[in-house]
Amino acid sequence: MNCEATLTEMRYEAPETLDAAIGLIGAETGVAKVFAGGTDVLVQMHLDQIEPDLIVDVKNIAEMREVVEQDGSWRFGAAVTGKELMDNPEFNVAWPGVMDGVRLIGSVQVRGRATVGGNLCNASPAADSVPPMIAADAIASVVGPNGRREVPMAEIITGPRKTSLADGEIVVSFNLPKRPPNSGDAYLRFTPRTEMDIAVVGCGVNLTLDSDGTCTAARVALGAVADRPLLVEDAANALIGTKVDDDALEQLAVAASAACNPIDDKRGTIEYRTEVAGVLAQRATTKALERAKS
Amino acid sequence: MAKQYVNTTINGDNHELLCDPTQTLLDVLRDQLDMTGTKEGCGTGDCGACSVTMDGVLVCSCLVMGVEANGKKVETIEGMADGDDLHPLQQKFIEHIALQCGICTPGLLVASKALLEENPDPTEEEIRYWLAGNLCRCTGYHKIIEAVQDAAREMRGA
Repeated sequence: MNCEATLTEMRYEAPETLDAAIGLIGAETGVAKVFAGGTDVLVQMHLDQIEPDLIVDVKNIAEMREVVEQDGSWRFGAAVTGKELMDNPEFNVAWPGVMDGVRLIGSVQVRGRATVGGNLCNASPAADSVPPMIAADAIASVVGPNGRREVPMAEIITGPRKTSLADGEIVVSFNLPKRPPNSGDAYLRFTPRTEMDIAVVGCGVNLTLDSDGTCTAARVALGAVADRPLLVEDAANALIGTKVDDDALEQLAVAASAACNPIDDKRGTIEYRTEVAGVLAQRATTKALERAKS
Repeated sequence: MAKQYVNTTINGDNHELLCDPTQTLLDVLRDQLDMTGTKEGCGTGDCGACSVTMDGVLVCSCLVMGVEANGKKVETIEGMADGDDLHPLQQKFIEHIALQCGICTPGLLVASKALLEENPDPTEEEIRYWLAGNLCRCTGYHKIIEAVQDAAREMRGA
């Protein structure tokens, strides 16, 4: 990269324990960056947007690299790559909607490195893995100088490039709860291109049906339509108690569009994103419904 | 910080290096080892010109730190031909005229090789999705897709 003149003092550490990582970050007086896949950090360094004094590579920390299923719930490390999740058949069966989002991140090359933890902490409102993780009711396990806390996925990103993480805190792993039978999830995004693009709108839906097909639980999350990914409870409430029929889908679309507070940019106008959010919510719900019934 | 010791295997050869943490793997390959077959296009992971594999995983070497190659096995375009014998993908790229200026070619070859190792019989759609991270501004891609399909056929013995 072309920034060596300003970065000659940068240090690189790859600790093997969380304590060591937290200690290194806490002791750094300059800018410390947590480094996993590097697909955002190295780009920001290349573009001179950040000039870290310390890079803490977290890929040698065991908890951050594991994918573990226990009694139907899943925990995976924040530094597990997209490719590693894609190569895990059991996880793909358990959480197909989360994987819809992971599969849309970058290219094959990027997914070989990029992580869900990085996608979250980079804090783009359009991050593709975040809405399906919010819909999945994922809990981020966050460790910092004051210990560990469990944070709902929707509460990490607070705005573009902003998170609720305190100084020195690291997102270590994600917990996905066990789902009842007849559950399904899906994520869809709208982009002008099919690959290598950033969401105009993204929507993740996770729902559960009872034995006669009535929706008993639902979570709907939208990306790229506000300053952060949104959990839209009104949209979920439009589904709960219904058979997810046309009337329910109509109410869902109205609620999804009502939750939008998007920007106007080259990818889409405010009006366009707001309209697409409703349509995408319907389509993602239909896909989640098919999966719940299969 | 002083440069860090890196012990890595590149195309089967062991290399002991001293790397500055600001060097990407691409910088190390091109500037330190004079392995200039791997190209820098964007430097931000968008174009795929710098594609290599690290422990068998296709990556953009511009998005890997040189120090991360410690203990890893890296494969680059220089390791693709066997002496003067071109890899079937290289031969088919020539036969199908799947290149014009050539800047994207090493990355496309490395990415295509990684595809065929994972999926020896990809559909056209699968090839196009796999290669979406490799930009070519000359060919319009069609000849590249044909070359990959033809190489895949030959490698399968079909």
